[in-house]
Amino acid sequence: MNFATETIIIAVGAFLALLGAAFAQDSLFAAHMWVLFFVLLCAVVVLLRMTTFTEDGVAVIAQDRSGYMDGVVRFGTIATVFWGVVGFLVGVVAAAQLAFPDLNIEPWFNFGRVRPLHTSAVIFAFGGNALIATSLYVVQRTTRARLFGGNLAWFVFWGYQLFIVMAATGYLLGITEGREYAEPEWYVDLWLTIVWVAYLLVFLGTILKRKEPHIYVANWFYLSFIVTIAMLHVVNNLSVPVSFLGVKSYSVFSGVQDALTQWWYGHNAVGFFLTAGFLGMMYYFIPKQANRPVYSYRLSIIHFWALIFLYIWAGPHHLHYTALPDWAQTLGMVFSIMLWMPSWGGMINGLMTLSGAWDKIRTDPIIRMMVIAVAFYGMSTFEGPMMSIKAVNSLSHYTDWTIGHVHSGALGWVGMISFGAVYFLVPKLWHRERLYSLRMVNWHFWLATLGIVIYAAVMWVAGIQQGLMWREYDSQGFLVYSFAETVAAMKPYYIVRTLGGLLYLAGGIVMAYNVTMTILGHQRQETPIPGSQPVAQPA
Amino acid sequence: MMSEKQIDEISGVETTGHEWDGITELNNPLPRWWLYFFYATIVWAIGYTILYPAWPLINSATTGILGYSSRASVADEMAKAEKVQEVYDKRIEEESLENILADQELRQFAVAGGSAAFKINCVQCHGSGAQGAAGYPNLNDDSWIWGGDINQIYQTVAHGVRFDGDDDTHFSEMPAFGDILDSQQIREVSAYVVSLTGAPSNPDLVEPGKQVFLDNCAACHGENAQGDIEQGAPNLADQIWLYAGTEADIAKQVRKPQHGVMPAWLGRLGESTAKQLAVFVHSLGGGQ
Repeated sequence: MNFATETIIIAVGAFLALLGAAFAQDSLFAAHMWVLFFVLLCAVVVLLRMTTFTEDGVAVIAQDRSGYMDGVVRFGTIATVFWGVVGFLVGVVAAAQLAFPDLNIEPWFNFGRVRPLHTSAVIFAFGGNALIATSLYVVQRTTRARLFGGNLAWFVFWGYQLFIVMAATGYLLGITEGREYAEPEWYVDLWLTIVWVAYLLVFLGTILKRKEPHIYVANWFYLSFIVTIAMLHVVNNLSVPVSFLGVKSYSVFSGVQDALTQWWYGHNAVGFFLTAGFLGMMYYFIPKQANRPVYSYRLSIIHFWALIFLYIWAGPHHLHYTALPDWAQTLGMVFSIMLWMPSWGGMINGLMTLSGAWDKIRTDPIIRMMVIAVAFYGMSTFEGPMMSIKAVNSLSHYTDWTIGHVHSGALGWVGMISFGAVYFLVPKLWHRERLYSLRMVNWHFWLATLGIVIYAAVMWVAGIQQGLMWREYDSQGFLVYSFAETVAAMKPYYIVRTLGGLLYLAGGIVMAYNVTMTILGHQRQETPIPGSQPVAQPA
Repeated sequence: MMSEKQIDEISGVETTGHEWDGITELNNPLPRWWLYFFYATIVWAIGYTILYPAWPLINSATTGILGYSSRASVADEMAKAEKVQEVYDKRIEEESLENILADQELRQFAVAGGSAAFKINCVQCHGSGAQGAAGYPNLNDDSWIWGGDINQIYQTVAHGVRFDGDDDTHFSEMPAFGDILDSQQIREVSAYVVSLTGAPSNPDLVEPGKQVFLDNCAACHGENAQGDIEQGAPNLADQIWLYAGTEADIAKQVRKPQHGVMPAWLGRLGESTAKQLAVFVHSLGGGQ
């Protein structure tokens, strides 16, 4: 029997979840343990059904033609597309709830629960799966070594999906630590820590057994992302549970120290999860898709070290004009300013890699996606340092400008570079000659780009108006607007923003269809895009 | 596979000789403009940290040669703003409300200040346009439960209505007529009250209802139901209703009246702001 140990461990886990539900100290923990029990029970059933009784069960599982361990990358790619569409959908719901408060369905689907569901779904479920899948693909190719640790990579993948499900169901049940982007409670945090350490082992182990003399730049970025996220996650989630059979825990930090720890985490989740990790993606997939050398090795070294050294100090800019001491605010601001050029180093290296292949922007929608991703990266890494300047921040902080900024980075940079990577990966992973439809990639590109432009532009205008209304004094020195009036003024923007989100979601659905059809082995009969070569690049 | 250093044909630039999965790297130098901008931000950062509080020491941090502190800066701005308004505040406290209304400059200041205070303290019940809601009077119209001249408005703002913590608060309580009248009489008097607003109602009920009204209600609401501001008895002969104006609603209020509470604002906001609020509400259109 194959998977014997795995099945037994998961079955024991399911039993423990049942015990957890039985002896829970609060009803939320009981509910959450029931969720865990059913998830693990399903896993056991699936594993049992996969059991074969041939002489050597393992031999039945086909070896990858590439000689690398690609099964986990295939699952990761599917998960990326799936969670992407889910995350965008929840985002559209959250946006609609702000414009039309009646859509808040108490208690499970009110904005307070849907919002962390959206942010976690897009950052950790969509982005995280994209990073795990691409990093495991890239590290094998650029080290010419199979993944270290055998089935440990499968544990990383499925363990991470379990984390996503537990986090998401927890939010809807109302279980939260109340820390932005770190909402899951202590037991889910502990689980993620285990999964993440396993991820580090797989990745680092593969690099250590590499057959190439040098470590490729993409792997520096992926490794810095994995190591730093481990550190951030552990420190920010240090907390004391009220009971080992209850949901509630209290942070070991308090007051402004707690706030600073949270934003040290929060900002570096942006810096290392959404920037360094995706730069790793950029450094592999852009040269591959463009079939051109990386523009400058020296630039990649300097901007890598400058980026990871400077990013880690920039968090205090989230706490300008608060109880945080002035000296810490100053440091947060000046480190953010110094971060501008190191960030742009990545943009330059990404864009200039296309020199000699600029014509592909016209003929290859996948390259176009990657280029717009880098362009949005450049734009938001200019906007970020600018918003960290205290004078600018006094206007922009707490307004929808921040939301616009985040989304130009998230939809533009993170989303587009991931889509590009998915379109590159899918034909290779499933050994298809080409994608189902390149024209649908073009459609996805335009839907998504239009969606982002609408979203970001509307949020900029909304945020600046909001900030100006909050600080508007009349000639006698009295505030002109009440807070409720500034909220009412946002309604048209919120409606248009929802439309932007809908366009982006529509693009995601087009991608899901295209990817599904490619995996199923179909090819759409269509006129080729003028100038594009219909043949696939060599793997 | 390690390849030798070679020249990239398209750009004419030498590669580093490394290769991974077909990817090579050009050995381009750092773009000069990029490097100089990077240096410039570092120089700027160092300069800024000399000017402003920045470098952490063991028990404190450098204060910066400009001596800036965000706490002192906000205190300074507040003090400046208060200083500008101080002169007006003082005059408003000293002058009578009639004089404030008569003085163009003071009146303008009071309306602006009252409007700002209203947005923070009053809109929760009276609405952002002072339009009121069920149980909370509309302040734009001519109907005043406790009086609409400037002093009466001030009295209501300053001391509230049925507010426990203030001895000067307005107080009145309509008895629960459910204990006094029978159902038929309540139906009749409700129909009568509805008829006063000009709305259609059953004449068979209105006639006896008038007598019930004169016997039980006229003492406070007046013989013609025009109300009495001394007792806070609303005018029932107009179409403005504090709760709602259907026959059923009126019957409900007759049976077991609701008694809303308004807090006293004088203690909380101070003399000047309370007066500003009164002037603002007076200016909304219904002021007498």
